[in-house]
Amino acid sequence: MRRLMAHRLFWPVAMLAVLLLINLIAFPGFFSVQIRDGHLFGSLIDILRNGSPTLMIAIGMTLVIATRGIDLSVGAICAISGAVACSIILGSSDPGNPGTVAVAVIAAIAISLVLGVWNGFLVSVLGIQPIIATLILMTAGRGVAMLITEGQILTVNSPPFKVLGSGFFAGLPVSVLIAAALFLFAVVLTRRTALGLMIEAVGINPEASRLAGVRSRGLLISVYVFTAFCAAIAGLVLTSNQTAADANNTGLFIELDAILAVVIGGTSLAGGRYSLFGTLIGALVIQTLVTTVYTVGIPPIATMVFKAAVVTAVCLLQSPRTTELIDSWHRRAQLRRTLEASA
Amino acid sequence: MKKTFGAAVAIGAMMLALTGCAQGGGGGGGTEEGPKDPSEIVVGFAQVGAESGWRTANTKDIQAAFEEAGIELKFSDAQQKQENQIKAIRSYIQQGVDVISFSPVVETGWDAVLKEAKDAGIPVVLTDRAVDSQDESLYVSFLGSDFVEEGKKAGEWLVEEYADSTDPVNIIQLEGTTGAAPAIDRAEGFAEVIADDEKFEVVASQTGDFTRAGGKQVTEALLKSNPDVDVIYAHNDDMGLGAIEAIEAAGMKPGEDIKIITVDAVKDGMQALADGKINFIVECSPLLGKQLVDIVKKVVAGEEVEKRIITEETTFTQEEAVEALPDRQY
Repeated sequence: MRRLMAHRLFWPVAMLAVLLLINLIAFPGFFSVQIRDGHLFGSLIDILRNGSPTLMIAIGMTLVIATRGIDLSVGAICAISGAVACSIILGSSDPGNPGTVAVAVIAAIAISLVLGVWNGFLVSVLGIQPIIATLILMTAGRGVAMLITEGQILTVNSPPFKVLGSGFFAGLPVSVLIAAALFLFAVVLTRRTALGLMIEAVGINPEASRLAGVRSRGLLISVYVFTAFCAAIAGLVLTSNQTAADANNTGLFIELDAILAVVIGGTSLAGGRYSLFGTLIGALVIQTLVTTVYTVGIPPIATMVFKAAVVTAVCLLQSPRTTELIDSWHRRAQLRRTLEASA
Repeated sequence: MKKTFGAAVAIGAMMLALTGCAQGGGGGGGTEEGPKDPSEIVVGFAQVGAESGWRTANTKDIQAAFEEAGIELKFSDAQQKQENQIKAIRSYIQQGVDVISFSPVVETGWDAVLKEAKDAGIPVVLTDRAVDSQDESLYVSFLGSDFVEEGKKAGEWLVEEYADSTDPVNIIQLEGTTGAAPAIDRAEGFAEVIADDEKFEVVASQTGDFTRAGGKQVTEALLKSNPDVDVIYAHNDDMGLGAIEAIEAAGMKPGEDIKIITVDAVKDGMQALADGKINFIVECSPLLGKQLVDIVKKVVAGEEVEKRIITEETTFTQEEAVEALPDRQY
């Protein structure tokens, strides 16, 4: 039990379990998953589906944070990627053609990759602090998206595009499958090769890792490009899910949710050691929290306070000081038992 | 050296991103007495921004109405920032325009700049949104929608629709951004009307932040915990459109299995209404240009105008939507 509690993912997983339990009490059918119209249907599926854009971005964010960086521009990149895709689909003569959608998706991703290179260039070549460097695109990016959509909400009616956000493949939501693929890709790429180690090395001490022969410049740029890639995909899924590009609201504050998911998952903002599995749990906690608000029927004015309370609880329970306190309490209890037994 | 250069580039880019557009050109002084020809009138208008299709339609209508009336309109876009709007109003005061009009980004913090306008003898007309100020003499008129009335209209349709039924009617309400005037007032008006009959019950009410994604996610979750819902009342079209997606994903028919009432009547909403997916829309019209021109003419001529003028608005049923859709401007 003690070893289990000492695991750094214990508290996030426990919090997730508690949240799910609250939902089950408020609404007994919460765990029921049915097959409707040939696909899975239920609250748990909704959590996975709605949480997938946050998870996608959080995967990239985990790697950026591991290099002691941060990327605030992901929300704006979501908006740009959605705006580009929708305006291409709307501008074409045949919006329902899978070829058109493929072109739109590729263009959206390509533009986002360029934005990722820009972020990486500012951080690694010009040496600007990541929070400042990505703040530029965070503020300006939504303006760019507005220019692309001309200030309008672009509604698209394209069945192949809709699949990304609302479609199902083999009974599972497509967005969940995309998120799972990105997750596996990141895990295999960074944990089955030395890449993860190098990322951590750059995060712990950039100078030392450079002297040890890690090419930190290229590594940093790739990490920001990968995050922009994740954000582009998330933006497409979000846009497809609401069947419209909304430059003002698509991916609004998603950077904060992604950072929170990373932090709940136990990755330190100071860089270095990171946990992609932790990030997965973190993203699920955040989405379950949102769903809990609706299921339990917490009034909208109290929503923010409720969310803050849960997140504060996770952070407090996870803190090293709390772990120490619990440890020493355990040790004392054990000592008392030993003393009682010997007396 | 590299770092300084980088920082300079970053700051430059930020300034580009953050500063609003400046207002152009000087204008003639216009404080002399006597009735004026429309071509001599100069009006300064400070718009909120271009945050939605509704707002863009509002801007276009105002610009078109003034052009048609032959009145010079100085226009500025505040990009949703109060400080930009205050700057624009100050520059209108300096230019000595005849009337200043604006849609306040937020409700509070206007007393100082409105006092400056009053001292300079320039009348101010508010459009679309109100200001929260103790001193009502700071503006001559407020032209805009009555959000409580919109909520009432939505409720009245519902009462009529279920007039012959005695079964309980379960309602889900999708609220606008928490604390925003339209969200508070639309909920209030609706609740007032349906309170007279006990068969109506709002089983769940959550905010969807006026967005499609919000409306969709809230509806998804609420449909599962309240499967026997009959009606969804959304505070704007976008949330209603999100709700439609969620209802379809749950294997039900929006408009038939679950009835939907929304407010706004933007083009996408009207299309859904015409397609039978929404049942009733209460209009919240952005087309207040003509009424604004009338008020400006009266104010300049020294006539009395009403302190509160309500925008001319209507409601749409599915049949009316099919008819109105081809000429819909926004």
